Amino acid sequence: MKKTFALGGVHPHDHKISAGAAIEDFPVLSRVYISMAQHLGSPSEPVVAKGDRVKVGQLIGKPTGFMSACIHSSVSGTVASIEPVADLAGNKVNTIIIDVEGDEWEPSIDRSQTIVREITATKEEILKRIADCGIVGLGGASFPTHIKLTPPPGKKADYLLINGAECEPYLTSDHRIMLEMPEQILIGARLMMKALDVKKCFFGVEENKPDAIASLRRFSSEYPEIEVVSLKKKYPQGGEKQLIDALIGRRVPAMGLPIDAGAVVQNCGTALAVYEAVQKNKPLFEGIVTITGDCTEQQRNFRLRVGTPFNKMLDAVGGLPEQAVKLISGGPMMGKAVANIEAASVKSTSALLVLTEEQTKRKPQTQCIRCGKCVQVCPMGLEPYLLNKLAKVSRMDELEANRVQDCIECGCCLYTCPAQLPLLDNIRVGKGQVIRILRSRPKK
Amino acid sequence: MRKLLVSPAPHIYSAENTRRIMMDVLIALAPSLLVSIYFFGFSAIQLVVVGALTCVGVEYVIQKYLLKTEVTISDLSAAVTGVLLALNLPPNSPWWLMLIGSIVAIGVAKMTFGGLGQNIFNPALVGRVFLLISFPVLMTDWTIPESWFRAGVDATTGATPLALVKEGLAQGLSVEEILANSLDLSYFQMLFVKTGGSVGEVSAFALLLGFAYLLFRRVIRPHIPVTIFLTIALFSGIFWLIDPNQYMDPLFNILTGGVLIGSIFMATDYVTSPMTARGMVIYGVGIGVITMLIRMFGSYPEGISFAILIMNSVVPLINKYIKPARFAKEVKNG
Ligand code: SF4
Ligand code: SF4
Repeated sequence: MKKTFALGGVHPHDHKISAGAAIEDFPVLSRVYISMAQHLGSPSEPVVAKGDRVKVGQLIGKPTGFMSACIHSSVSGTVASIEPVADLAGNKVNTIIIDVEGDEWEPSIDRSQTIVREITATKEEILKRIADCGIVGLGGASFPTHIKLTPPPGKKADYLLINGAECEPYLTSDHRIMLEMPEQILIGARLMMKALDVKKCFFGVEENKPDAIASLRRFSSEYPEIEVVSLKKKYPQGGEKQLIDALIGRRVPAMGLPIDAGAVVQNCGTALAVYEAVQKNKPLFEGIVTITGDCTEQQRNFRLRVGTPFNKMLDAVGGLPEQAVKLISGGPMMGKAVANIEAASVKSTSALLVLTEEQTKRKPQTQCIRCGKCVQVCPMGLEPYLLNKLAKVSRMDELEANRVQDCIECGCCLYTCPAQLPLLDNIRVGKGQVIRILRSRPKK
Repeated sequence: MRKLLVSPAPHIYSAENTRRIMMDVLIALAPSLLVSIYFFGFSAIQLVVVGALTCVGVEYVIQKYLLKTEVTISDLSAAVTGVLLALNLPPNSPWWLMLIGSIVAIGVAKMTFGGLGQNIFNPALVGRVFLLISFPVLMTDWTIPESWFRAGVDATTGATPLALVKEGLAQGLSVEEILANSLDLSYFQMLFVKTGGSVGEVSAFALLLGFAYLLFRRVIRPHIPVTIFLTIALFSGIFWLIDPNQYMDPLFNILTGGVLIGSIFMATDYVTSPMTARGMVIYGVGIGVITMLIRMFGSYPEGISFAILIMNSVVPLINKYIKPARFAKEVKNG
């Protein structure tokens, strides 16, 4: 039997319409908007000023603390302005606006097609390159990668796990890179193994991408320390805790991190970025993005420079269709709804998804019919119907006792509920409050 | 600029809804319904139609005129109650018995608790047990009404298999003698055409077909019916092994006395059954044990209706204390 995680999960329709579209270079626009808040942690600080000339790959933002990251220019040209610009939710964040002239790259970047297989960098050099190139997790949370690859004192990773599950419907960017650049990804994984000092890596890919699995396995003999594992298709397989359960059968303790189960999880896109950073000297300033939707004229995969506005991205697939009502950055299960269509892409932008009213409209709610389906699908073994009820009346003690803090906000409960109750909406609020209380409590 | 919809994730939803689920239950009941119409003719049709219409009507009137809330009859849950109650009555029941049962089911057992999702006891079962206590003679009159199928044949009485056995045992006969005396008790008969029993119980096969459909559509999980079957099999199996001449074998116990229709359609009622898989198992075992206790030591030959109602009352407790298997096996401190 194919491996998967043990508890819960749902099977939304795949809709991987853009799976067959090869990665194309998105044309460089005349102006880009590079946000200084592209990662978890404090925003970066600009190191260029208005009027400065910059090259592709030049450092323009430096980290401002432990949990922060370098930011590089994705274009060459002149800094037009540094000012607060609305992000996709409409919140103003400090942004460097660059007027593009030509496409002049930093000469240190190796732009050749040759695959650099030999790993010469030491563990310390690898971590430094990753930090200097501003690599952040591309699976969603944008956690600075060099921090994740440096376990806290006393903790040791046994395994590196690469997430190639891409369990969200519609998304195909990971699929395409596994298909088109498998060896680079595997070298990236080996670099991270060296940085972590681990001997074994499991690479999880869902079975609905047999071509990607085959393409990765073609190099398996050369990299025996990396095992490509075909996983049963089930959402949320790409959730860190679920992937660890699926691949090595270990459970991350409540309130714990993957490292507490001896694992470090990295997205396959991150592995590619690590390869490019360490072996090709290329900072993270562009990424693979799926632009799709059942109603868009085309569904395509692009190599896109950071800072490209969403409305310009849409133009490449025929513009925003008439019947579109919702725009999502990321997948339909966990992505963020775009309020500001002029907001620009960031490092971790993996998809722009267009949904119609019929697809995304919430149906009228009925009473909870106590079907227990939300309990059945919850991958964390919680009781969403109960948490929903408790959150609505702010019963913090009971929410905590019923482990609302373990919720990974996967949305399986809300997705499934036949009564169409806004379970996760309420649970999210309750979880936030409980976590705040837990944090303020003195540690034992 | 176009105004875009902004709401928190997830952004897509499954196609499941309450109405579709209730529709599936009705579809799952269809085979049994068709078989009973074939055997009991107009009488079965009449019971089902009166049941469904009364239940829906009572819910409508209460919601619209008494509670003045939103009318939710279109979720079909009242219709399901009506059909289930009809299938649980003796085939020869008069229409007014059905009417009273339906009023009690919806008016008392469902709406006084606040409607769908709020009631503690299964409405159809409350209706049935109310009738059983108030009209004991009618509710155990197993005369088989005339139908096209047996047109011209005199109305026959088909005592339920369990009653036959209980009576026989009381007269001092052994199981073997009872079976030899009655043509209606072969397993083939019980699987396909067992006419002694309630409207919906004619064919075990039709009920199992409905069970398969419900599982296939993932409307219910197998836990409750399967644990009931296993518990009854185990419980009766022990006694049967001790003395096969005084006790019926496990298969007989499962195929008779409403165990199938009760386990598949009544015990699995969402509202009145536990939320977690573990809770469902406890609930199923409880129903199985109580059913067998009633059959062996009580005065009613059947027993599953009471067993389910008794376990219904324990469900809130089960839901409170039986938690699902949590993902995290341990909690990290500090
Ligand atoms: S899925 Fe919805 S209707 Fe079913 S128990 Fe959970 S909250 Fe209630
Ligand atoms: S969103 Fe939270 S409560 Fe809902 S299914 Fe996912 S983990 Fe469970």
